[in-house]
Amino acid sequence: MARLNVNPTRMELSKLKKKLVSAQRGHKLLKDKRDELMRQFMILIKENRQLRSEVEAAIAEADRYMAVAGSVMQREALETALMLPKQEVELEVGEKNVMSVYIPVFSPKYRTSDTSDIYSYGTAFTSTDLDGAVNALSDIFPKMIRLAEVEKACQLMADEIEKTRRRVNALEHIMIPDYQETIKYITMKLSENERSTTTSLMKVKDMVLRQSHDFN
Amino acid sequence: MSDTNYKTAVIGDTASVSGFAALGLSVFCETDGARITKLINRLAANDFAVIYITEPAAALAADTIKKYRSSRLPSIVLIPAIEGNTGDGMRALHEAVEKAVGSDILN
Repeated sequence: MARLNVNPTRMELSKLKKKLVSAQRGHKLLKDKRDELMRQFMILIKENRQLRSEVEAAIAEADRYMAVAGSVMQREALETALMLPKQEVELEVGEKNVMSVYIPVFSPKYRTSDTSDIYSYGTAFTSTDLDGAVNALSDIFPKMIRLAEVEKACQLMADEIEKTRRRVNALEHIMIPDYQETIKYITMKLSENERSTTTSLMKVKDMVLRQSHDFN
Repeated sequence: MSDTNYKTAVIGDTASVSGFAALGLSVFCETDGARITKLINRLAANDFAVIYITEPAAALAADTIKKYRSSRLPSIVLIPAIEGNTGDGMRALHEAVEKAVGSDILN
């Protein structure tokens, strides 16, 4: 804790008192912001974890199908089958404001109205395992989009929480105690000055009185 | 910004990502670190909102991915490759918790 380098005057004192009040208010507000962000963050983290394990499991399943398809079909045939997709996904990106953290919101738009219309190949020359792989991926895709959204939200919120926490700590442990100490110092100094003025006045009065008595 | 339609990309080795082509995502088969880095930068500048990248591919371009972590778009999501799950995706989640809370409270 360090006292601020200011002149011990009444003007500085009232300035510092105002600063202290706004620092305390800011501290309270930031603390509330941090707590609320943390609450939302914990909810998101829980969802993120759940989604991630679901998505990872589904992709693992799709990969298993894909490995089998790759072994029964020729590589060229497999690539040709997937070369020209029927479906196309575009994302509309919105925005959500959570405690002044701007989080993107993705809403997918499919080219064909039927979202299950995904097989870009005839069934005659492809293995059914390929169908399985494509199907598994298509089923999990909405969750993958949500995962992307939640993961980004978690990262952005983690950044914001860290920043807010630093600010709260700086206010709580440095700025506010510094202000308080400086205010105390100025008050002491001012009252010390006042006392010294009073004593010197009394002394002068004494001297004046003695002089006037001695001469009479 | 709502007028723009954003795209979705998948980066990784051929076997892991080719299935996504059927869903209409833009698939990029890359296994070289420098090229993946370049690709991510290019995609980020070109209206790609979500990039799925396999864990081994992400390990080759970890710095670039970290760079985009604090920007709003794109959202880069790690997915397991065909060889199996390395747990890198979950690890990123733990890192975020550690950053926010100060210690990893998920374990």
